Formats: sequence, C-alpha cells, structure tokens
Amino acid sequence: MATTTMAKALNAALADALADDERVLVFGEDVGKLGGVFRITDGLQARFGDKRCFDTPLAEAGIVGFAVGLAMSGLRPVVEMQFDAFAYPAFEQIASHVAKLRNRTRGALGVPMVIRVPYAGGIGGVEHHCDSSEAYYAHTPGLKVVTPATVADAYSLLREAIADPDPVVFLEPKKLYFSSAEAELPAATEPFGRAVVRRPGTDATLIAYGPAVPVALEAAEAAREEGWDLEVVDVRTIVPLDDATIAASVRRTGRCVVVSEAQGFAGVGAEIAARVQERCFHALHAPVLRVSGLDIPYPAPMLEHTHLPGVDRVLDTVARLQWDDRPDARWLPQGSAA
Amino acid sequence: MTTTPQAVRRASPRTRPPAKKPTKAPAREQAATDPAAALLPQTEPVRLLDPDGTPRPARADYPEPPVEALREMYRRMVVGRRFDTQATALTKQGRLAVYPSSRGQEACQVGAVLAVRDTDWVFPTYRESMALVSRGIDPVEVLTLLRGDWHCGYDPTRVHTAPQCTPLATQCVHAAGLAYGEAHQGRDTVALAFIGDGATSEGDFHEGVNFAAVFKAPVVFFVQNNKYAISVPLSRQTAAPSLAYKGVGYGVPSEQVDGNDPVAVLAVLTRAVAHARAGNGPYLVEAHTYRMEPHTNADDATRYRDGAEVDTWRDRDPVARLETYLRTRGALDDAAVAAIAEQAEAYAADLRERMHTQPEVDPLSLFDHVYATPTPQLVEQRELVRAELAADREDGR
Repeated sequence: MATTTMAKALNAALADALADDERVLVFGEDVGKLGGVFRITDGLQARFGDKRCFDTPLAEAGIVGFAVGLAMSGLRPVVEMQFDAFAYPAFEQIASHVAKLRNRTRGALGVPMVIRVPYAGGIGGVEHHCDSSEAYYAHTPGLKVVTPATVADAYSLLREAIADPDPVVFLEPKKLYFSSAEAELPAATEPFGRAVVRRPGTDATLIAYGPAVPVALEAAEAAREEGWDLEVVDVRTIVPLDDATIAASVRRTGRCVVVSEAQGFAGVGAEIAARVQERCFHALHAPVLRVSGLDIPYPAPMLEHTHLPGVDRVLDTVARLQWDDRPDARWLPQGSAA
Repeated sequence: MTTTPQAVRRASPRTRPPAKKPTKAPAREQAATDPAAALLPQTEPVRLLDPDGTPRPARADYPEPPVEALREMYRRMVVGRRFDTQATALTKQGRLAVYPSSRGQEACQVGAVLAVRDTDWVFPTYRESMALVSRGIDPVEVLTLLRGDWHCGYDPTRVHTAPQCTPLATQCVHAAGLAYGEAHQGRDTVALAFIGDGATSEGDFHEGVNFAAVFKAPVVFFVQNNKYAISVPLSRQTAAPSLAYKGVGYGVPSEQVDGNDPVAVLAVLTRAVAHARAGNGPYLVEAHTYRMEPHTNADDATRYRDGAEVDTWRDRDPVARLETYLRTRGALDDAAVAAIAEQAEAYAADLRERMHTQPEVDPLSLFDHVYATPTPQLVEQRELVRAELAADREDGR
C-alpha cells in the first residue's frame, strides 16, 4: 500500500471523476495552469483541457451562480472557493438558489454540484484565510455538508459528492492537506450519513469532525496515561448527520465530549451535544461537554495556538466528566455545597 | 466590430411605409477607430413608432418586424394586460397574497418572449408573470408563487423557464452558466435574462454580464428600466447616461430602446438574440418604460411620484400605440380588435374560475424535495408532523 497525502487523494478524486463522467467541469480561481493555491487541481487542465478545468473571473458569487446555470443545463460543476472566508460573497447564491432550487420546483430542477472550500486554521494564515464556516452551511436546509479527516475519506467522499444528486459543500481541512497515510486509491469508504468509530474505547466518547479528528485521536492516546480509555467518533458528514452511530457510542461509554475547531456558540458542536443529550440522557453519567475554538474572530497567526482546541484543552474537559460522580462545581447554583 | 446579418440588411419596402433614406447609426461608424464605440448604445433610444402610433423613418440597423409578428404581438399584449388586471383583482379578493403588476410594460413583456424560441431559456423576475403567460405557461402555474400553495408552480425543464427570481439580479449569473453549458454541449440555446433598473446596482448583475462576456455565452440581458425600484428613482441607482452604458465596461455591445414602442422592442431584441445565437457572446438591451401601477398591490405609489408623471406615461401606452399603427397598416380592424378583446375576456374568466378553487396542499409534501432522498432527520420530522395531523383529525380540527 502506497503512502499519499490528502491533497493528492483529492486531486486523484477530481481526475477520476473528470475521466469517468464528461459532464463534470472543474473551475474556480487559479485552478487551471497553477493547479490551485493548494495544488488540489494540479495537472487537471493539462490532462483534460481548458474546457473541462478552467479559471474564472475573480468573483465567488459569479462562480457559484455560473455553476447553478451549468447544473441547469445538465452538467456537473465542481467549483473551488479559494479560502473559507472568500466564499462569503457566494453565500446568497448558495442559500437562496443552490440549496433551494430542488425544493422550490417540487423536485423538477435539482442542481447537483460540489462547492469545495479549503477551511479552518492551524496553518499560520493571516486574517480571512482560516475561518471555520461549516455552521453557516449546515444551518441551510438543502445542502449536504461533508468534511474528511483521513486520506481515504478525502478521495471517497469527494467522489460521492460529485456523484450525489444534491449540492454538496465539501469542506477540506487545510491543515490536513499535507498529512499523509497509507491508502489504496481509488478508495471506497463508508457512504454519506455514516459516522465512523476511529478509535474504540470504553470510558468516554470524543466526537469530532474535520480538523478536530486528529486532535481527538491524539488526546485519546495521551489519556491512556491518565487511565482513561477514550473512544473517538469521526462525524465525516455533518449533513446528513449519523445520530445513530454517535448515540450508540455515547450509550456504551456514558460520557461525551464534542470537539470542534470552530467557535463554539451556536455551532455544529452545540447541535451535536444537544442531540446526544436528547438521545442518551439516561445513559449519561455527566453532562455532555464541548471543546471548541473561542468565540472570537479568528486570531492573528501568533495567537492562533491559544484559540485552537488542543490536546490539553480536550483532556482538561475530559477531567470534568464527573468521574467521582460528584457534580461539576461550576454548574451549581451559587451558595450551594457540592 | 461584429455585425449581425440584421445590421447590414436593408429594410424591405413592404415593411417600410414612408420611403425615406435610412438614418445613420453614428456610434457604430466610429468602430474602426475606437473599439468601445462599437459597444456603445445609440445616444437616443431606438424608436420606430411615435407615441401616437405614427411610424418613424425606416432604418437600416433595425428593420421593422413582419406585420404578422406585430399582429400576434398585439394579441398577446391585449391578453397579457387582461391577465395582469385579473391578477390584481385576485389580490383584492384574497386569492393571491400579493401581485407585482407589469401594466404599461406590455411591449417589453411580450416582445422579449416573442424574440426567443421555445427551446431558449428565459430567466424571469417576479414582475414577469405577463411574459410567462405570454410564453404559453399555464397562468395558474405562474401564479402558484403568489397564491402561496408552493414556490414555483411550473416545471422549469419543460417550459425552459427558470423559477421567477426574487433575490435581485441573482438570475443573471444563472443565465450566463446555462447559456455556456448549452453551448458546451453543442446546442444553440440562447438565455434571456430579465432584470429591472434597481437590480443593475446589485453585484450579481455585473458578475453575470462579465461572466457571459468572458465565456462568450449567448445571453441577452434585458433591462426594463421602469424608473422606480419600489420607491427609489433611477437617479439613486446610477450616474451613467443610461443603463445601456453598463455593457461597454464588460466588452458587451448594448442598445437602448423605447420600451413602450412595441415595434422597436421586438426589432432590437430580435437583433440582440441573433447576435447571441450566432456565437458573438452576450448583448445588453435597456428598455425605457414605466410601471403604471404601484410596486405591488401592497405599495402606495402616491408617496413617491405624482399623478402628472403617471399621466405623461399614460399617453405613451404601448397597446394603444401598436393598435393605432396596425389599423393604419390595414392589419387590424374593429372586428379583429373585438375578437381579440373577447379572447382576453375568456382567458381572464377561465383564470378567475380556476383560481377560485382552493388548492389542496399536503403538509407532508414539505419533506419531499429538500433532498433527492430525505435525511434521517427529515424522516423523523415528517413522522412528527404526520402524528400532529392525525391528532388534529381526531380532535376534529
């Protein structure tokens, strides 16, 4: 089995989709000759020609709106937004048209497309290059929202996204682009709507997605020294969400921490925590806790390590899971004794 | 400079009543020295009929459309106006939530759809109900959005018409993408994007025109400048000499036309569509017209414009203008006018009757088309609503 990176797996998925389906078009800013600022489209224009992989004017609403029209004509557009925060001009197109056209037309006009977004931080990027924007998309009915954390998933989920009859926002964790793993491509991993247990454990469940998955795995490894055996669930597809796998894990372990890199308030981690609480209340030995980024605009590079949830913050939170069956003092009404 | 076949063809004597020498198109003659000149609109809106229906001198650049086409245009304008009046009446009876009238814009509404083929795609806004029924779409399906039983009532793929677009100008980029996608697949489809004066201030208008130009997509952007964006006058939208001047910056040839002159609207749009279909890229047309009614039935236009202004435009009525001209040409007489009016009445009566039937809407259909296959969460919510409805029935609600 060969070692490869997530960036190369994504590139292979695009190349294989272009080769297998002539309706597929790949376009965006700098995706042609340059191969994208992260080289995800490297070599595609040379191999498939500039009618299949091409640069566009620098206008994100235009790119996504153009994709809507192409999808209406029967094609399968795959667009690249250069960075998370640069996708915001396209938000009206995404929220008002991409997400709604199938529903507006009673199913007559679906607009299958993939909007690829390099997202989240951890690479020392300056402002507007490191946003975790998944909640905006996940809060918009009609979109599927997918984020791989492994090399094999990067390939398999992207192929599935391109073949899907519905629009997919495909969030690529930038800091994992050049992470490598042994992977046989083409890979076929679990389909959309399935979360995966990345590490089995018995004492508590860490639920994570995208860039937070490696953090959760590292924390689980470090927790062994503390005597905790932690399970790690990789959500993979935020929409559709696999409530069943997540709840089954938490019922087994009885404790749960949701780990996400995004700012926490009103985020995807909050949604997952609420759903776990609804489904697992009687199996829980402690409140469901969350570890997230801070509720601040993404900080400047020299301060991002303070913002990003790391192993220590995860372990500190795991420590608060009422292991001695005593309530967490910080949640008690003032003046009452623990 | 690119010229369409129409640009050099002489008007045939049959369609040129006063035999005068064709007038010049000065801007276009400078094209050899100034590349921008070829793209600029003429300094005055193209007009082939005066407001009183008198034909103006024939011109080489815009030959008059065949009289049969103009007669059909008149018929559709009369039916369209009657439809519009009926739809406004339906709001007063509570059958429609709201209706944005296009009364006064009949030449634009009908001329645009007459200029394209059934296989071409139209990208309408919410004010294009008249254009859509003129295109032959079932008026009940057109009014579904405003009746409120669903969003888009027609199947866009069957009638080659996008859902009526409410977010301003967003349809401009769809038109560019559709047109490029059709050409990419070897089809000669043209996309016609409707847009209003206010929406030309939106970014998506500019991105749509620019994308179409860069990708040479066959799109006609048709701006109906009806002078008001709800209450905001044109002077707050642009400092350009006219909206047609917005094309030159994108390398898109443009024209302005008297939007209440049906003959000129059809002539200009016919040329624009031919330009696009011939592979020359997009074209921008601005029609100067006027919204005779308030923005919608919920608007009070007296707060921002006076009656005298409305009266000036009443004198430029496009339906009367075409009727007078066709009568002069001998293409229309009292009997024909009466027969068309009768058709329009029958059309309105049929619509009235069908709109008085309360549509059946199944609440469970809310979950059917969010995705091709509902997510597990939607399946759960569907079950919840089903149980709520069953409980309501048991309680006799």
